[in-house]
Amino acid sequence: MYSKETIERFRNPKNTGEIPNADAVGEVGNMKCGDVMKIYLKVEKNKIKDIKFQTYGCMAAIASSDMLCELAKGKTLDEALNIKFSDITKGLGELPQIKIHCSVLGTHALKKAIENYKSNN
Amino acid sequence: MAAAKIARDAQMNKTIYLDNGSTTKVAPEVTKSMIPYFEEEYGNASTIHAKGVNAKQALENSRKIIAKSINALPEEIIFTSGGTESNNFALKGTAFENKEKRHIITTKIEHSSVLNTCKWLESQGFEVTYLSVDKDGFIDLNELKKSIKEKTILFSVIHANNEIGTIQNLEEIGKICKQKKIYFHIDACQSYTKVPIDVKKQNLDLVSLNAHKIHGPKGVGALYIKKATKISSWQHGGSHESHLRAGTENVSAIVGFAKAVQITNSSHIKKMTELRDKLISEVLKIPGTRLNGPQGDKRLCSNTDFSFNAIEGEAIVGFLDEAGIAASTGSACAEKNLDPSHVLKAIGLSHEQANGSLRLTLSRFTTEQEICYAIQTLPEIVKKLRQFSPFGRELKNVL
Repeated sequence: MYSKETIERFRNPKNTGEIPNADAVGEVGNMKCGDVMKIYLKVEKNKIKDIKFQTYGCMAAIASSDMLCELAKGKTLDEALNIKFSDITKGLGELPQIKIHCSVLGTHALKKAIENYKSNN
Repeated sequence: MAAAKIARDAQMNKTIYLDNGSTTKVAPEVTKSMIPYFEEEYGNASTIHAKGVNAKQALENSRKIIAKSINALPEEIIFTSGGTESNNFALKGTAFENKEKRHIITTKIEHSSVLNTCKWLESQGFEVTYLSVDKDGFIDLNELKKSIKEKTILFSVIHANNEIGTIQNLEEIGKICKQKKIYFHIDACQSYTKVPIDVKKQNLDLVSLNAHKIHGPKGVGALYIKKATKISSWQHGGSHESHLRAGTENVSAIVGFAKAVQITNSSHIKKMTELRDKLISEVLKIPGTRLNGPQGDKRLCSNTDFSFNAIEGEAIVGFLDEAGIAASTGSACAEKNLDPSHVLKAIGLSHEQANGSLRLTLSRFTTEQEICYAIQTLPEIVKKLRQFSPFGRELKNVL
């Protein structure tokens, strides 16, 4: 069902955890839909210096969160806003149709974190 | 030491198979019993030459074995392609043959082959009542009594639940159905050979059975139909299976099915029960964990089902797979369905609890070392996933 890339990333995610003094946090999803993603940002000179995630969800949700962090790290905030769910699924090889929403949720979480950052700075 | 050896075996791709509720390994005796009916006695059981006669004999002998196992008559056993077909046949067959009545009763915790058949029957103008269950998955006998109407055709219930292992009280339900003169159907796909079934003592009219949950081959099952039950054929064609189920009988699979029944014995049940209880008591030591379904005699000997707070079931299955353990989940993201398990919702679990469920199911081949390995492996996985979880911190406060 899952690609090798998805399974590998799920098993060994590199960007899990909290950033204790994060500059912004974005949380999306709810228990009813079965996934909750929380993205922590550290921003320096308008660039994402560090990014971490905490995700409650299935294998696809965890792998998507990790892929998203990898794609966003080092990008300017505006560049990061342009990350599309298809960039995540491409990075994961592919995702089953029914799991595409996990990658969409990832982009929403990042967008929310960046919006929170912008409104506070 | 033993657990360390198992850990090595797991790394060497020897899977620890704890998904026997999904399907089981075919027993070597079963495979062996089937081979002659592929290679030598491959005749069509409906033909009159020697090969046909030999196949017919094997077919009828298998029918006798299966009939005897549930205290039925051989002519009351109809072979099918498996549990799903048996459930479809029992429900649709009795519904349409008794269509002047139009009412069916079932429960909220049935297998999809019963629930979706009932939904379809509703679209055909039948009325279906879905009984609630209590926190352990048992139906309320009074609610059953109250829901039976003049026009009720049958009550259908899963004998031992496939997700949470709840074993319903057939004797009591059978008495009610007999007294109210409605048919009583059970889906015994999980319970067959593990929990006693006696069609006379339990007043059963229809029983769905299958082979692949009991170390038999896939694609074969049976439906017990009590004599004089008003049921219409659902698959039309030749005169096979007393004109009730057309299609050339799958003789080799049927022989394997009967063999699987013959080689079961009570020592398997005792062993599975002991390992099940060890697994349950050890897993419940993980903080924030609950057992879904009852404890003790009223739980299927091969079934365990847990919910872990703050994490999702499919992710647990993913990490168990990496550790060489095959498990399953009834969780939101598990299959091609994003809704949490209808069974777990029916016993009152929240979305979060239902999403965080893990089913570990045993067989007679499960060893103590394998259970020890699972017990060692699972807490680490739960801990790791809780570290990923946005709810992990909240959980720390409540534990």
